[in-house]
Amino acid sequence: MEAKTKDLWVFVETNEDGTAKNVGIELLTPGKMMAGKQGGALVAVVIGSGVDEAVKAANEHGADKIIVVDGPEFKHYTTDAYAIALCTLVEKYGPTSMLIGATNNGRDLGPRVSCRLHTGLTADCTALDIDEETGNVAWTRPAFGGNLMATIICPNHRPQIGTVRPGVFKKSDAVEAKAEIIKEDLHVAEDQIRTQVIELIKEMGGENVDLEGAEIIVSGGRGVGGPEGFDTIKALADTLGATVGASRAAVDAGWIAHAHQVGQTGKTVGPKLYIACGISGAIQHLAGMSGSDVVVAINKDPDAPIFDVADYGVVGNLFEVLPVLVDEIKKARG
Amino acid sequence: MNILVCVKQVPDTTEIKIDPVKNTLIRDGVPSIVNPFDGYALEAAARIKDKNPDTKIVVLTMGPPQATAAIKECLAIAADKGYLVSGRTFGGSDTLATSYILYNAVKKVEELEGKFDAIFCGKQAIDGDTAQVGPELAEHLGYPQVTYGLEAELDGDMLKVKKEVEEGVEVIGVKFPCLVTYTKPAWDPRYPTIKRKMAANRAEIPVLGDDAFPDIDTTRIGLKGSPTNVKKTFVPQKKTGGVKIKEEDNTASAKKLFELLSAASII
Repeated sequence: MEAKTKDLWVFVETNEDGTAKNVGIELLTPGKMMAGKQGGALVAVVIGSGVDEAVKAANEHGADKIIVVDGPEFKHYTTDAYAIALCTLVEKYGPTSMLIGATNNGRDLGPRVSCRLHTGLTADCTALDIDEETGNVAWTRPAFGGNLMATIICPNHRPQIGTVRPGVFKKSDAVEAKAEIIKEDLHVAEDQIRTQVIELIKEMGGENVDLEGAEIIVSGGRGVGGPEGFDTIKALADTLGATVGASRAAVDAGWIAHAHQVGQTGKTVGPKLYIACGISGAIQHLAGMSGSDVVVAINKDPDAPIFDVADYGVVGNLFEVLPVLVDEIKKARG
Repeated sequence: MNILVCVKQVPDTTEIKIDPVKNTLIRDGVPSIVNPFDGYALEAAARIKDKNPDTKIVVLTMGPPQATAAIKECLAIAADKGYLVSGRTFGGSDTLATSYILYNAVKKVEELEGKFDAIFCGKQAIDGDTAQVGPELAEHLGYPQVTYGLEAELDGDMLKVKKEVEEGVEVIGVKFPCLVTYTKPAWDPRYPTIKRKMAANRAEIPVLGDDAFPDIDTTRIGLKGSPTNVKKTFVPQKKTGGVKIKEEDNTASAKKLFELLSAASII
């Protein structure tokens, strides 16, 4: 389709309580820069149920316009309801570009929407830029398990769409809320939603493994030695209010559930602090965590590749280092 | 029950090395494997067949002629039949063009094998990592989709899919026909048996070539029919300037780490 405007859209995914997922607000930061270079407005698209909080967050982080779709059928994410809503909006308003957070839901929705609109999608981007002459977005993403980076363009189709990894961009400082808010009376009939949640089996312990939204992650790998070794990892995570991650080796060994896995076959994360304990640093693991702001590595092997990406690397036994670190943190916090 | 499993032959990305001088990928000598996520999709189909022996599993792949090896591997593990989509006009396709060709291929294979109740794919291929082709194929077909599946079972006119979510596992009910993409489950996929392997080696793999789809819109396939194209590729820079800590013992190292992290206001 042809773009009707030069606007750049950011899809702001919401939680079931109506708050915004971090990544949607983060994407307003590059969105502002890109909308400026494209010569259009920055538009946040908020879809969910009872989304006042999400709208407020978008308004305080630089959106010029906010399009809101609010209804009970959007409380729990479904591919069908969200794809219908987003495609309807795109066809009505015709943005030139659209950013979607590369969460599980974002990566479920993006290809469905881009295919319906017959346009290009670039998945899981880690860098964005605009060619001011053509208005083409330069979407940069890792491939081959992080061994190679590729820059992709979508020159002849609009909107050009990309999913962007959580944690790559930072939320801007809050600004004066002055967005124009457009409430769309858009609803999806029950029979158009072809999937239903029958049951939710919570992970043992009832913990919610939100690695993608985590600010701090403490991860364990082969060096943790067994399931009981993760107690040491959890102790540090609890002290820091962090989420527990794991390498593929630890998950494959059956020491911890796959939901904790960081890396190419697990989650891609971008926390402020990533503490890798007993993780050698295979490229597939690095692919999932190299977007972290600060990386701390603790490993017995001084030649472990994880030290190549670590800001702080401790060569030592994690079972002796972590408890001391926990004590020091507790002491400092009184 | 008639299940189609879409697979891709990929280079084993764990074996890829970087040329230290030219700073490019060394692809020579890297073994080709069945994309591991597609293996999980095949395993999910095989588990349905374990409980429902009248299930037929057909495998579809698109790629160069040597991708028949991937189909033969699937035949040796659990598949009953396999088709290769291979043609010069398909080369250079991005995910949208690829999914459009696969859509045409599904329709063609259905003429020969009967309609598929479910289409299973891997969540993503480990070379491109896009996770786009499955949902795009579902969209072309107009089918509902479930992504991040672990296992599925039949329940009347519905497929019950265990889906990995942040909180644990969600059980999703979806009507046939549908498309499910699979991620890594907690169990290992089965291995081929010697008997199946020998039969697979002898199997003829039908090829759907450039002329197999007379009605395909040629403006939507190949490099020219792809909305996205690769502008450049490069090897990522390694991070430098990290601090290495190795004090006289682990306690001292831990204290040093804490000092540095608090001084930098990280914790």
